[in-house]
Amino acid sequence: MHGDDAHPANRGRLCSKGAALAETLGHATRLLVPEIDGQPVDWETALAYVANGFMRAIAEHGPESVAFYVSGQLLTEDYYAANKLMKGYIGAANIDTNSRLCMSSSVAGHVRAFGADVVPGCYEDLELADLVVMTGSNAAWCHPVLWQRIIAARRARPDMRIVVIDPRATATTEDADLHLALHPGSDVLLFNGLFVHLMRSGRLDSTFLAAHVEGRDDALAAALADAPDPSAVALGTGLSRNDVEAFYALFAHTERTVTCYSQGVNQSSAGTDKVNAIINCHLATGRIGRPGMGPFSLTGQPNAMGGREVGGLATQLAAHLRLDEPAHRALAQAFWASPRMVDRPGLKAVELFDAMADGHIKAIWIMGTNPVVSLPAADRVRAALARCPLVVVSDCVRVNDTLAHAHVRLPALAWLEKDGTVTNSERRISRQRPLLTAPGLARADWWIIAQVGHRMGWVQDFDWRGPADVFREHARLSAFRNEGSLARAFNLGGLADLTDDAYQGLAPVQWPVPPGSQQGTARLFGHGGFPRSGGRARIVAVSHRQPHQTTTAEWPFILNTGRVRDHWHTLTRTALSPRLSRHRAEPALDLHPEDIAGLGLREGGIAQVESRWGVTMARVVADPGQRRGCAFMPMHWTETLSSRGRVNAAVNPHSDPISGQPEFKYTPVRITPAPFIWQGILLCAPTVTGRPDCAFHVRVNGGSHTRYIMAGTDWPRSLTERVDGRVLGMTLPSGLREAHYTDPARGHARRLFMDADEHPVALLALWPDGAIIDTDWWSSTFDPAHPINAAMRRALLAGVPPDGATTAGALICACHGVCAGAVTRAIEAGCASVEALGRSTGAGTGCGSCRPELRRLLDSSQHRALLQGTMGSTTATAAVDCLAVPG
Amino acid sequence: MNSPSDLCARVVVVGAGMAAHRFCSTLSALAPGRFRVTMIGEETSAPYNRVGLSSLLAGEAALHDLHLGDPGQGVESVLGTRVTAIDRIARRVTCADGRSIAWDLLVLACGSQPVMPPISGCEAGGVHAFRTLDDVHALLPAASPGTPAVVIGGGLLGLEAAHGLALRGATVTVVHLASHLMERQLDAGCGARLAEQFSARGIRFRLGASTQAIHADASGRACEVLLVDGERIPADLVVIATGVRPNIGLAQAAGLDCGRGVIVDDWLRTSDEHIFAIGECSEHRGRCYGLVAPAFEQAESCARTLAGQPGDYSGSSESTHLKVSGVALYSAGCIQATAEDEEIRLEDSGDGFYRRLLVRDDRLVGAVLYGDASDASWYAGLIQRSDPVGELRAHLAFGQSFVAAPTVAVDDRRRQAGTPRIEETEVL
Repeated sequence: MHGDDAHPANRGRLCSKGAALAETLGHATRLLVPEIDGQPVDWETALAYVANGFMRAIAEHGPESVAFYVSGQLLTEDYYAANKLMKGYIGAANIDTNSRLCMSSSVAGHVRAFGADVVPGCYEDLELADLVVMTGSNAAWCHPVLWQRIIAARRARPDMRIVVIDPRATATTEDADLHLALHPGSDVLLFNGLFVHLMRSGRLDSTFLAAHVEGRDDALAAALADAPDPSAVALGTGLSRNDVEAFYALFAHTERTVTCYSQGVNQSSAGTDKVNAIINCHLATGRIGRPGMGPFSLTGQPNAMGGREVGGLATQLAAHLRLDEPAHRALAQAFWASPRMVDRPGLKAVELFDAMADGHIKAIWIMGTNPVVSLPAADRVRAALARCPLVVVSDCVRVNDTLAHAHVRLPALAWLEKDGTVTNSERRISRQRPLLTAPGLARADWWIIAQVGHRMGWVQDFDWRGPADVFREHARLSAFRNEGSLARAFNLGGLADLTDDAYQGLAPVQWPVPPGSQQGTARLFGHGGFPRSGGRARIVAVSHRQPHQTTTAEWPFILNTGRVRDHWHTLTRTALSPRLSRHRAEPALDLHPEDIAGLGLREGGIAQVESRWGVTMARVVADPGQRRGCAFMPMHWTETLSSRGRVNAAVNPHSDPISGQPEFKYTPVRITPAPFIWQGILLCAPTVTGRPDCAFHVRVNGGSHTRYIMAGTDWPRSLTERVDGRVLGMTLPSGLREAHYTDPARGHARRLFMDADEHPVALLALWPDGAIIDTDWWSSTFDPAHPINAAMRRALLAGVPPDGATTAGALICACHGVCAGAVTRAIEAGCASVEALGRSTGAGTGCGSCRPELRRLLDSSQHRALLQGTMGSTTATAAVDCLAVPG
Repeated sequence: MNSPSDLCARVVVVGAGMAAHRFCSTLSALAPGRFRVTMIGEETSAPYNRVGLSSLLAGEAALHDLHLGDPGQGVESVLGTRVTAIDRIARRVTCADGRSIAWDLLVLACGSQPVMPPISGCEAGGVHAFRTLDDVHALLPAASPGTPAVVIGGGLLGLEAAHGLALRGATVTVVHLASHLMERQLDAGCGARLAEQFSARGIRFRLGASTQAIHADASGRACEVLLVDGERIPADLVVIATGVRPNIGLAQAAGLDCGRGVIVDDWLRTSDEHIFAIGECSEHRGRCYGLVAPAFEQAESCARTLAGQPGDYSGSSESTHLKVSGVALYSAGCIQATAEDEEIRLEDSGDGFYRRLLVRDDRLVGAVLYGDASDASWYAGLIQRSDPVGELRAHLAFGQSFVAAPTVAVDDRRRQAGTPRIEETEVL
C-alpha cells in the first residue's frame, strides 16, 4: 500500500489507517447481496421494495415523512444523486448527513461570515505561516500527515511558532510552543479577548475592514463586554494571564498566522459562535486568503467537503444554492426540471431521529453511516429506528449496530471499489479511482439511488451512464446562472464539459474552477469578493456563553469524546486490521490521576460513566494531560464490538442552535467504579462462535484470533465445570482437550482448549478485578494455526513466555509494526532522538503520528538514566545517533 | 597406656537399615576417628536401599544395585542378630546371639514392621508383606505370567508391588479401603489419574473395598480373596501392604518414653539423654515418618549432634516420590485441604500433567505433582522453610523456571539440614 507521491495533499504519505488498508479488504464482513428482512434477494426485488415503500409513505403521510441519512463516506457523485432525489423529486429536505456531527458549525460560521461555505486558504499556508494556532484539534493523531507537514515546516524554519488551544494535553500539544489548556467551552471568550487585544494594539487592518468587511463595531462591543482585559479572559478560561497575554502578543505581531480549528470548536452548543470568533480575528486583521494566513477548518471525514458542495445537509439546497432563497430554489428547479421542489429546510440529524422516535418518520434510508453509534443520546436513536416502519441501509458491511434495525440491506461499494470524486479541506477535488472489483452484487451508491429514482417514476432525471455523467451534471449546476445576484463562490463550470477520458484522468484541482478554465484556485478572499450582498464579509457579534448543559453536584464531571490514533469512526473497517487494533484495543476513560483517586477508581479498572441520557463503561487510564474534572472517551466503540463501550449512549444531544451540531465535547456525567468482581480475556479460533455471557466485553481482532476483553459481576459457573462444548456462553467445537489452571482463593482461572492435533482453540483467563495482568504476551502468542507443545501450553496458562523472553509490548508505530519493546531496546542501544529511532527501527517514519509517543519513551528513559546517574552531565551521550543499531 | 580406640566414645546403633547407614557414614565423615561405632542389624544382608525393592521386584534393578556400600571408616557391622534388651544402667545391649555390647551412646534405628489386617487367612501360603529383601525373594518365584495376584492396600508400597507383579506377568487386582489411591499422599484428582494410568497397564482396582478374608486351598496356599461386599477375587499370591508400625518394643522395655514411636526432642534424644532414636521408629513432635527423606534428615542431624555440631532438627516435610514406569509422582506436606487452605490446581489432559498445591497463611503446605515432578525439590524446600509465597504465587504452580526471582536465600547450615535430597526421598 503506497500513497501517490504526486498528490499535492499528502505527497504520498499515508496515515496509519491508510497504510493498513490492505488488512481491511477481506470479504468476511461484507454485505454482498441485497437483503429484505434478512433474506437475500435480487436487485430488482430490493429496488422495487425500497421505491414502493418510500412512495407509499409519501402518498400516505407526505414527502416529509421520509428521510435520507447519509455520510461523508459517500463520494460527491453519490451525494449529489441522493440530494437531488430528496430535494428536487421527493420535494422535501429531510436529507442530513453525519457531516452534521463534525462540520456543520464550520459551515454555518463560514456562511455567516463569508456568505458561503468556503475555506479561504490551502494547506501550503500552514507551511508558509509564522504562527500556526491549532484550536480544538488533535491533529497529531487525527490529521497526522498534515501535522507532520507543519512540524517539518517548523524544523526548516525554527522561528515558526505553534500554539495549541485544547483543554487536554495531547500528542499535538507536545509539539506546541505554547499550550493553552483552557476550560472546555471557553473558546469564544479567548478569541473575543484576542479581538479586543488586536484592536487595542493597533493591529486591525482598517483598509481591509473598510473595503471588504461589515459588522466590526457590534462585534467589538460584544467582545469588549465579554473580555474587557486579559484578566477577565484568564478568569473565564482558567488560563494564566501570562499565557493569555503571550498568545495575544504572538498573534498580534505575527502577520502570517493560520488558525486551524476542528471538532473541539465545532462540536459545541456554541460551535458556530466559536467559528465566527476565530474568523472575526482574521477578518479584522485582513489576514485571510493570502499566503500563510487565514482561518482554516480541518475537516473530519474523507468527503464531508464534497457533501457540503452538493448541498447534502437539510439546511442547504445544492451547489452552494441557499434553501431559504426563493430565487435559488427556482434556479435549481429550472436546472433539474424538477416536478416537486423543496421549499423549506428539513430536519437536522438529531431532530430527524427525534421526529422518528415520535413516529413522524415512516421511511428512512441510511447510507454509509452508523447513527446508532455515532449520534448522541444514541439509545434514543436506536429506539427511533426500532419504531420506524421502513429502515433501508446501504452499507459495505453486513453487521453493525444500525444494520441490526434494517428491514432492507443494500450492498454498497467499499472505499477501494468506488469511482468518483472527493474534496478535501483545502477545496481540492480529487478523483477516487477503483483499485478493486466490486465483490458479489455490491453496487455504487449513485447507481442504487438512481435505480430507486427510476422506480419512483423519474427515469430521465436519473439516467446516468456512470459517475462522469453525475459529475458533469453537478458541475453544470454549479455554473448554472452563476452570475449577478445569483453568483456563488462554488463554481465548477470549467469542469462541466469534461469528456469521460478527461474525467478519468482529472488531476487534483481546487475549486472554484470557473467556466473556460481548468485551473483551480488556491486562495479566496485575499482581496475581498465575498459572496454576500455588497461583496462584504461579516464580522459577527458573538458572546461567550456556557455549554447548554453544565455540571452540577449530581453530574460533576465533563465527558469529552473524540478519536484515537489508529481507529476511525465506528470501527467497521479499522477493527478489521489487527495492527490498527493494537494501539488502543478497547475503549478507555482518560482521567487525571488525582480524579481517579478521588472517585475511588483504579487505573486498569472499569468505570461506569452515566449521564441523563445513558450509560457507558470503559477502562480507566491515568492521563495527567486531562484537566481535573474532565474525562475523555473514544467515540469509536459499538455494541457490535463491545457490550458497553458505545459512548454516545451517554452523550448529550443538545446542539448548536444555528448549525444543529451536537455538543459531543461536553456532557455532564457522574463516574463510578463499575461493580465487576473479575476481569478476563478470551482468545478464540474462528471455530468458536457466540458472544461472551458477561456484563462487559470488547471484541478485538487479534489477527490470528479473536480476542474478547471481559469483566463480570458473577464468577462464571462454566469456569469450574468440565467442558461441555460451551464456555462463558461461547460455543466450542467438539472433541477438544483441555488444560487449566485455577487459584480460586485469589480469583484466578485459566482454561486452554486444544483440538486433537494440539492446535489451540480457545484460551480463557479470568482474574479478580484489581489484579494487574499483562495480556500482551497472550495476544501476541495465541495462534490457532500452529500446534503447541506441553511447554507452550504451560506457558500460555502461566501467561509468560517459557524462556523468560520479554514480550513485545504495546504497538507504537502502526505503519511499520514497531512495538514498545523494540523501541526501548533501541534506546538502550544508544538511540537518543526520534530521528535515530526512526533510522534504527523504522518507527515514526510512516505517517509520523507515533512520534510524540517515541519522544515520551525517549524522555522517560533519559529521565531514568539521569536518576540513576549513568548519563551524568555528558549530554553529548544523549545526542549520539545509532545508525549501527540493527532494526 | 590405652590404645587410641579406648579413648573413643562407643556408639552402638540398633538397626542396619537406611537411617542407620546414613547415620554411620555421616558421623564417620564429620568426626573421623572420634567414635567407635557398632551397627547391629537383624537382616543378614549388608545395608541395602529398601526403596529399590520395587525395582528389584519389577526386574528394573539387580540386587547389587541396591547395596548402600561401606558405612564408613571405623564402623563395625554386626549382622543377622537382633538386640533383645537395653541396659541403661550398665549401658550395654544384649543380642539374640548372646553377645553383649557396651556403649556410651546408643542410637535406635529400629525401623518399623508391616501391620497385618485383622482378617483370617494372613498366615496362608503365598501371603506376603512387601518390606524386606526376603519378601521380594519370596514373591519373585511365585509371580509368573498369568498368576492371579491381589495386593491389599493401594498406598505407595502396594502400588509398587502391584506394578512389579504386573511386570512379571501376574494378573493383579489392588484392593483398597479408601475411595482413591494413596489417600495419605494424594488428593482425589491425582489419585484418579494414577488409577487411570495403572488401569491402562492392566492392573484392576477395587476402591472403597474392604477385605473380609483370604481363603486357602487344601494345601494351605492362598487361592482367593473375599471382599466384604461378597466379591471373590482369585489370588494365588497375596501381598499385604496396609501400613507399618514403628518398632518400639525394645525402647518400651527399657523404660524410654514412647508414643506411637520412641519420643525424641529436637536433638533426636529420647527420654534418656544418652540414647537417641532416628528413622521410622522415632516420634518427633508427635509425628512418625515413614519416608526415607525424614529418616536421612534425622540421621544426619543426629550425627552432627554427636560430632559436636548440635543439629536443630525441627521436623521434615513428608514427601513421596514415586516413579512407576514413566509416571512421575510426588507429594509433600498436607494432602487433605482444610477450610483455611487455598488450593491451586494446574492440569493438562494433553499430557496427563497435574499439580495441586495447598497454601495456608501465605505458606505452601502441600504439593501433589503428577506427570512431571521436576520441581519437587523446589516445592519441598518451600514447604520446609515455610517461606511466604506471596511474591511467587502467580507462577507457583508452574514451577521454579517461571519464577523470575531467585528463591529466598537460606543460610548454608539450614539448607543442609532442611532440604531433602529428593532423588532419595521414597518410602522406607
